[in-house]
Formats: sequence, C-alpha cells, structure tokens
Amino acid sequence: MNFDLSDEQKMLAEQARGLLAERTPFDHLRGLIDSAAEWDEPLWRELGAMGFLGANIPEAVGGLGMTELDLGVISEELGRANAAVPFFSSIVLCADAIRLAGSAAQQAEWLPKLASGEVVGTFAYAEGPGPALARGAVFADGRLTGTKTPVADAGIASVAAVLTGAGLVLVRLDQPGVTRTKLASFDQLRSHYRIDFAGAGAELLAGPGTPETLFDRAAVQAAFEATGAAEACLTMARDYAQDRQIFGRQLASYQAIKHKLADLAVQVELSRSNAFYAGWAAGEAPADLPAAAAAARLSASAALEMGARENLQVHGGIGYTQEANCHFFYRRERLLAVNLGNRSYWADRLIAHHSAAQNEAA
Amino acid sequence: MDFNDTPQEAAFRAEVRAWLAATAPAHVVQQGVTLDDAEEVRLGRAWQRAVYDGGYAGITFPKALGGRGGTVIEAVVFAEEESRYTLPKGPYIGIGLGMAINVIARHGNDAQKAQFIEATLKGDLTWCQLFSEPSAGSDLANLRTKAVRDGDDWVVNGQKVWSSWAHRSDWGILVVRTDPTVPKHKGLTFFVVDMKSPGVEIHPIRQISGASDFNETFMTDVRIPDANRVGAVGEGWACCMTVLMGERLGSGSHKSTVTPLLDYAARTPGADGGTALDSSSVRLALAQALAEEQGSKYFEARLRTMVSRGENPGALAGMVKLAYASRLQRTSGLALELRGLDAIAPDADDAQTREIQHDYIWSTVMRIAGGADEVLKNQIAERVLGMPGDIRMDKDVPFEQLR
Repeated sequence: MNFDLSDEQKMLAEQARGLLAERTPFDHLRGLIDSAAEWDEPLWRELGAMGFLGANIPEAVGGLGMTELDLGVISEELGRANAAVPFFSSIVLCADAIRLAGSAAQQAEWLPKLASGEVVGTFAYAEGPGPALARGAVFADGRLTGTKTPVADAGIASVAAVLTGAGLVLVRLDQPGVTRTKLASFDQLRSHYRIDFAGAGAELLAGPGTPETLFDRAAVQAAFEATGAAEACLTMARDYAQDRQIFGRQLASYQAIKHKLADLAVQVELSRSNAFYAGWAAGEAPADLPAAAAAARLSASAALEMGARENLQVHGGIGYTQEANCHFFYRRERLLAVNLGNRSYWADRLIAHHSAAQNEAA
Repeated sequence: MDFNDTPQEAAFRAEVRAWLAATAPAHVVQQGVTLDDAEEVRLGRAWQRAVYDGGYAGITFPKALGGRGGTVIEAVVFAEEESRYTLPKGPYIGIGLGMAINVIARHGNDAQKAQFIEATLKGDLTWCQLFSEPSAGSDLANLRTKAVRDGDDWVVNGQKVWSSWAHRSDWGILVVRTDPTVPKHKGLTFFVVDMKSPGVEIHPIRQISGASDFNETFMTDVRIPDANRVGAVGEGWACCMTVLMGERLGSGSHKSTVTPLLDYAARTPGADGGTALDSSSVRLALAQALAEEQGSKYFEARLRTMVSRGENPGALAGMVKLAYASRLQRTSGLALELRGLDAIAPDADDAQTREIQHDYIWSTVMRIAGGADEVLKNQIAERVLGMPGDIRMDKDVPFEQLR
C-alpha cells in the first residue's frame, strides 16, 4: 500500500505548474477575455510539444502511454491555473471517447493528431436544458441530424464525438450540414457553441465503451481540475488575508477568516484524496470506478463551490472587480458543477454503485 | 500509488486473517448484549492478552519494549482485519495503547518503560487520562490541579474531569501544575498515578446519553513518588503534545457510518408509496456525506503513508476528526428526520433507530473531545495554512497573575 504520488508524478506536477505559472498568469487571462480570444493557442501548442496532451494516450497511437493518474496530475495543474485551453474537451472527452469506443482505424486516424494538439476535438452531449447525457440527436445511414447545445470549444474543434440515440458517433465539424453558432459563455475562458446538424456525414464509434464509462473517467479528471482550482482559491484567499490590514491587524488573524479557510482546506484535502483513489481506480480497479468517480466528483464540487464563493467573500469589495482574480474561479466553478451532469446525477450514481464497490473491496 | 497490498503486506494480511479466524470468535461481543463495566474490562483485558500472545500487540513498538518492531502499514493491516470482528476494545485499553505507552516511551526513563509498557501491551494494566479540568478544556494549559514537592513524593490536589473509564483503570496519565510563577505552559509536569492511591476519589458523570463513560476525579493530598514523574519538571506540556498527537491519527479501521443510513432510508416508507431513499434531497445529502467519508478514508491512508516515511502530518491529522464529527451529527440528524415521528419513540425491537439516536447524542462529544472543532480549525489555519495565531491575553504572564 502506498497512497501518495510517485516522485515522477510529483515532478510532472511541478513541471506543469511551473510552465503554467509562467505562461498563463492571471493578467494574461484578463487579456484573453478583453481581446475576446477563443482560446490560448500558443499555450496549447506548447502543451502539445511537451507531451502533456498525449499523456494517457497509448504510445502506439502517438501518446506517452502514461496512466489516468498522470493525466490527473496535469488536470489538477490546469485547474489551478484556470488555463484557457480545450484540454477537457479534446483530450479528456473526445480522445477518450475514440479510445473507448473507436475502431482501430478510427483510433489510428484521430488519436495521434489529438495527442499532438494538431487537431482539437470536443464532445457534444447536452441538448439545452435538462440532463447532460441527452440522446435526442438522430444518427442513421451515416447521417447525423439534431441540435447539441451548448458544446464547449466547438469553435476551435474540427472533430466532435456526439452522443445520439444510436450511441456515440464521430463527426467532422468543417463540413456542410454542420452549423456552429457562438453563444455568450458564462465562463469567459471557455467558449460555448450551439451546433445544428442537418444530415452531416458521421461515423459510429461502435466499440464497447459506453457514454457512462466515458463520463466516469472524465469525472475523475474534472475532479482533479476542480481540486486544483479549489486549492488556488484557498491560496489566493489566504494570501490576500495575510496582506490585508483591517481594524489594526491582519485580516488573516480573525477566527472568522481562519475557520472559514480551515474548513476549505479540509474540503480540498478530502477532494484530492478522493481524486487520487479514483485516478488510481480508473487504471487499476475499473470495477471500483463508477463509485470512486462519483465520490471524487461530489467531493471536488463541494470543495470548489466553497472555494470559489469564500475566496471572493474574503476579498470583500475588491473581489467584485475584474482586476481581482476571484472571478475566474467563480465562473469556472459553475461550469464544473454542471458539465458531466449535476450533483443529482452523481449522487444517484454513487448510491447505485456504492454497495457493489463495497462488496468488491471486502 | 498503489492501493493494493505488496506481496509482503499480502502475506502479513493472510497471516493476520488466519490468526484472527482462529482466535477472535471466542472474544466477540454479541451485538445488543449490554455488559456491566467490570465484565467489559475483563473481556477487554483478555482480548488484549490474546493479541499480545499472538505477537500483534504494539506492532510499531520496538521489540526491546515488548512490541513487535513492525511497520505502520502492518499496524494498519492488523487494525483493518481486526475491525471485521466486534471485539471488546474500549478506552480502558485504547488509552494505554494509544497514549500512555507512547508518552512513557518518548519521555519516560528506563525503569518506567520496564514497569509499564509491556504490562500495558499484555492488557495487565488499564489506563485513564487525567488532563481536562472544569476550567481547562480547550485551554488545557490553564489547568489548576497542583503538585508540591515533599521529600521523595509530590502531593497533588485538584480536580480532573472527563476521565473516561477512570473507575475501572489501574493507572492514570496526569498533568499538573508544579510552578505557578511562570507562564502557564511552562509550569506543568507529567506523572503516572496509581488510581488506587489514597485521596483519589472518582465520581461518575451522568451524561446526556444516560450513560456514564466519563468521570470527575478528585485528588486530595494524593502522594505520587517522584519516580512516577515522566520527563523533567516543567516538561509536562511537551508530554501532553505527544499524547494528543497520538490521539489524532486514526487506527485504520473504517466502518462506514453512512452506508447503514442508506439501508435505513431504503427501509423507511417515503411520502408517495416509495421509500425515503427515493427523495432527491435525502439522496443528495447522503451521497455527499458518503463521498466525504470515502475521501477521509483515503486521506487517512495518505497520512499513514507520510508516517511510514517518518514524516509528521502534524495538524493535518486533525482534519479527519473535524470532518467526521460534524458528518456524524449531520447524517444521524438527517436519518432521524427522514424516519419521521417514529424516530422519537421507535418500537422496542427497533435497534437501528436507537443506535442512530445514540450517534446523534454522541456526535456532540465527538465535536468537543480530542480537540474541539474550533481548536482544530485554529490549528489547521495556523500550522497548515500559516495564518497568524490568535491574540492571547495570557501570553508570557505568570500563571498566578492570570485572572
């Protein structure tokens, strides 16, 4: 038994953290918002060149063949930096959908390009208000019809995995029959689109992987991302409270602030611990994955919800300004709370799979 | 990271499992059976003796002191396997193993180690903790019980409180004030005291649960030989810290308290002909608690990995209890609520509802004992997050000048 990251994984985290701290400080994010940028393309290219994008993609199809836990380490750092890159859409969802359900030919065609970052992919699942795993889109005779909205990063993606009534299908987005309409995104650093498919050419991802498994695996990565973001909130709030003087002493010296941040620190550690286990289970104990992913998801959502809200609160009025950095996480948090399904979806999944996992462990 | 046993760990687990299968059933306490205190302690001693004879007592303690000289992970494996059986393992055994022998091993002299450690590992000695006082709980160093040197003895006068199982203990670990002229943390000294000493008087406290696990212990002119002083005069606070750090790192047994509540909700009728577990608010609350409980389990595992490498988790360890106590209160309270009015006065044969009632009462103790929520949060803020300490009016003031 060993319940810690390996030295290699710690180095990977440091490497990613160092790069992101240098390339994407908060002022840089503000600049991206001000210039209405779709994404941080230079950062994406750099992440691709360094191998981060292909971390858990098998070597045979252009990746590094590392584990889900290694990918989690990267997700956590991207969450901490609030980086404006389509990692979650392209790697965690689209590439994984192809890996889980694509044929050898489909994998060979797409995974190397996704792993290098040359091609950006996304995953289209929601169909407006309601459950995330919506299957109203129709796939028949190689043609896809229906509407998916909102779809993250669809403006920069050239391929999408799409959830339909017939299962997962793969669609090129740069073809007639695909109309992409940009929407105003609550998360200013992750663009969202409505996609209308009118008989667009598509191919089935006919392999054994299910959308539920894809979601479980993605939830683990989202939990790492949220853990990183929650810890960033904790650190930002702590640093601000240490600097800020109020009533003649440090804001951080008041118990109201200390206890709030201590509670948050507990949530962050529990979240990270669940993510560690779920990341390990995704690779090593797939039978445990549904319950572990759901626990990690619920735990991380709770941590980031508290972190995003209380970080802004600790800042007081300055936290409401665009010049402060609280808002990046305040907005990202709501995205992470609802992508892949809301709390009820994961509560149901945890309750349904918990007993099975318990018996497995015993 | 590997949540599976290494081959060596698996071999140790198999060995422990076989030993428990052969030994534990004879010691199992049947559920629902209420034992009187004396009988419970007798059974507890017998089980501890069996553990000692099996070679599993004090797993992380050096062999020279009567322990096994094993690893932290072996202790975890043993605790996990042991927790599959309902065995008599109350504070009367736990305080000795988790507190007394730690402080004696770290701060005691050779004679004390020889006298107390192996005897405790064998279950021959039971212990209670004489720390808290009516005006010294979270502010433990404010304690007033005093000891005055008289020849080879110290003469102790004062009152201790919340001493679990003091009425059935052979010895107590005791911290007292030996110098009121210095600031409060500096004037303390640590002792072990024979609970049969003249002048020791124990009164059970009637608790809100109806039970009396805790006592008030009055000490009137109790003579303690200087040979029973642990550590130097004035070193009492350091000894207390050794004890309290041991208190905050769990043993490795992980019985879920949330899982039974899922079953309970599924067996409780709901509003529309279904069960209480059909309610989305109940599902959300229980799933969130379950996720937190799982996280705590893996967090404790991370802490044990730190300890097994010789790192000190410090105030991180307090997070586990901090989260647990509130969760127990929240979930047991919810369970009573989803049950409806029946929860207030269940049928005589409804043991689970009464257990949940007990958890709801007991959770109040858990939020206070072993570091109150507020104390733990301060420690986390100060030692983990590096935030400033509270403003202390009593800092650097001699104890006798404090109001």
